Amino acid sequence: MAKGTLYNKVWDAHAIAQLPTGQTQLFIGLHLVHEVTSPQAFDMLRERGLKVAYPDRTFATMDHIVPTRSQARPFQDGEAELMMQAIERNTKEFGVNFFDFASGRQGVVHIIGPELGLTQPGMTIACGDSHTSTHGAFGTLAFGIGTSQVRDVLASQCLSMDAMKVRRVEVNGQLKTGVTAKDVALFLINRLGVKGGIGYAYEYAGQVFDEMGMEGRMTVCNMAIEGGARAGYINPDQTTFDYLKGKEHAPKAADWEQAVARWKSYASDADASYDDMVRYDASEIEPMVTWGVTPGQSVGVSEKLPNPEAIADDGEKQSALLAFRHMKLSPGQKTADIKIDVAFIGSCTNGRISDLRAAAAIAKGRKVAANVQAFVVPGSMLVRKQAMEEGLDKVFIEAGFEWREAGCSMCLAMNPDQLKGDQISASSSNRNFIGRQGSSTGRTLLMSPAMVAAAAVAGHVADVREFATH
Amino acid sequence: MSKVVHVKGRAVPVIGDDIDTDRIIPARYLKEITFSRMGEYPFYDERFNADGSKKDHAFNKTEFQGASILLGNVNFGCGSSREHAPQSLVRWGIRALVAESFAEIFAGNCVMLGTPAVVASKADVAALQQLARQAPETEFLVDLENLEVRAGTLTVKVNMPASRRNALIEGSWDSTSLLVANSGLVAKAAAHLPHPSGRL
Ligand code: SF4
Repeated sequence: MAKGTLYNKVWDAHAIAQLPTGQTQLFIGLHLVHEVTSPQAFDMLRERGLKVAYPDRTFATMDHIVPTRSQARPFQDGEAELMMQAIERNTKEFGVNFFDFASGRQGVVHIIGPELGLTQPGMTIACGDSHTSTHGAFGTLAFGIGTSQVRDVLASQCLSMDAMKVRRVEVNGQLKTGVTAKDVALFLINRLGVKGGIGYAYEYAGQVFDEMGMEGRMTVCNMAIEGGARAGYINPDQTTFDYLKGKEHAPKAADWEQAVARWKSYASDADASYDDMVRYDASEIEPMVTWGVTPGQSVGVSEKLPNPEAIADDGEKQSALLAFRHMKLSPGQKTADIKIDVAFIGSCTNGRISDLRAAAAIAKGRKVAANVQAFVVPGSMLVRKQAMEEGLDKVFIEAGFEWREAGCSMCLAMNPDQLKGDQISASSSNRNFIGRQGSSTGRTLLMSPAMVAAAAVAGHVADVREFATH
Repeated sequence: MSKVVHVKGRAVPVIGDDIDTDRIIPARYLKEITFSRMGEYPFYDERFNADGSKKDHAFNKTEFQGASILLGNVNFGCGSSREHAPQSLVRWGIRALVAESFAEIFAGNCVMLGTPAVVASKADVAALQQLARQAPETEFLVDLENLEVRAGTLTVKVNMPASRRNALIEGSWDSTSLLVANSGLVAKAAAHLPHPSGRL
């Protein structure tokens, strides 16, 4: 059993009762809601005559189904319009805070929580979305839940939970040039496996995370779930506090110092104990690209695609064979030779301002290759605004990228942004599952936003380190 | 709420590791604002070609129609938290799942629907899957009391987290009422725990 970790402290502070089943009743400090996994939950409340217990801890937005070419209402897709009306009706009827287009603060739920200062160290955070792990970057205990659990949190501000184990994942040393948080995330999933984290919360620690900015930390925690860990976190430090200071919903004035003192107290003790511990060296990591149909099937960009016959575990081997069939790629092929049709920059993994800056630095003064459709979808209206103030939109447009409105977009393709047929995309998102980007035969290569920009320009996977930045 | 102690029925093997929630229910069906039609969609893109013709998938086979126990492999249900995935399986007719391992959020979602998700060893799962393929008429029994699956001449040990098993056996798997009953304790916690400042 882990002891003295941030996980233990936050859990203990929020555990309010032992339920007859043996599970713990865990108080949820912040509940984030989006349009796709909530309508059924609000209906369940209505059926049972229940109210939202703590509307002041409940914040909603819409991200998954919103079109990104135009936010004009009614949406052209009738089903999407109905879903929008449902969240508008539900938030109004139940008195829930709602960031709609008119608020100027709409965006992917995991981008807006942090940027508005809603996400604060030491909180428990739940959302009907598996990438809720993102918020762990602030030293929170944050996890995805299903719709029936969304109902539970709406009705009681609590969840019935079993405790997790804690694995400390240390990466020490210094990242090589061109290696980003996304590459660290993909590297760790490759090494620890897509199911390696089942039952665990991951504590990311070591020099690499100490030196990483908040946005990179969010990218890494975002992908904890892709390694099977329902939650991932990084201990709060000065970087965390500097990011939060002045944010709209962060503590102000006299409350600020008190809050910082409390936040510091949640960090894992120096002598904390863990259920498991792994260590990697930053120098092992290079820019990563997935070639398969799970986020763990990846290689460094300078490597060749692996030989599935060499995989000892039969299940993993079958998985790799299926991946090669679906991806229409060959073992031994050079990764950098893979041609692409679509380049997508965005998502809660890499749709923040630093991601757009990194991609723009590659795009600047270059042109998207013929036959590649490239587009940039900022993670939120605020990210979009900031990017435009910096002139990034112009850089992208001049290079031949489309500049879109905020949303999830082709990360899961519930809106009109979808692959067609067996198109292959270079994508800064988090999942390369079969069918994920809107076509059952579509193919996805996950990589960092700078790598996506490089691929867009080259027309095939390319090593970002060979591009001078401007 | 009903107690779930035994689940009886024929079994359908769904072979493969890392079968993710996008494969169980493609995202386009998440646009529906109720779960009522989810039973029509499980594994949709693996069962049907773009022109609507059927592909080779266990859920399409005559002998597995009406099956109520799904037999999976490693990391079944990985990916998204969408409850649409277990909803689609349950509404298709699945009442229990047996696999080598489950993704955490998926397994929790199953229990919220009163559907046990139990794990067994690789060899035992393989034996169960083989039996279901060779003799699809065989009746399987998932027994939560004894943590066993029995089918034909096979008896295999299974496991699931104790609290989830209790919730099913005692009929307290719908947690809302349990949680709401402690509203006094919740109010106390709410008064001092970290909170975003400022309502909209
Ligand atoms: S951007 Fe992608 S992963 Fe993130 S919330 Fe949206 S759909 Fe989910």
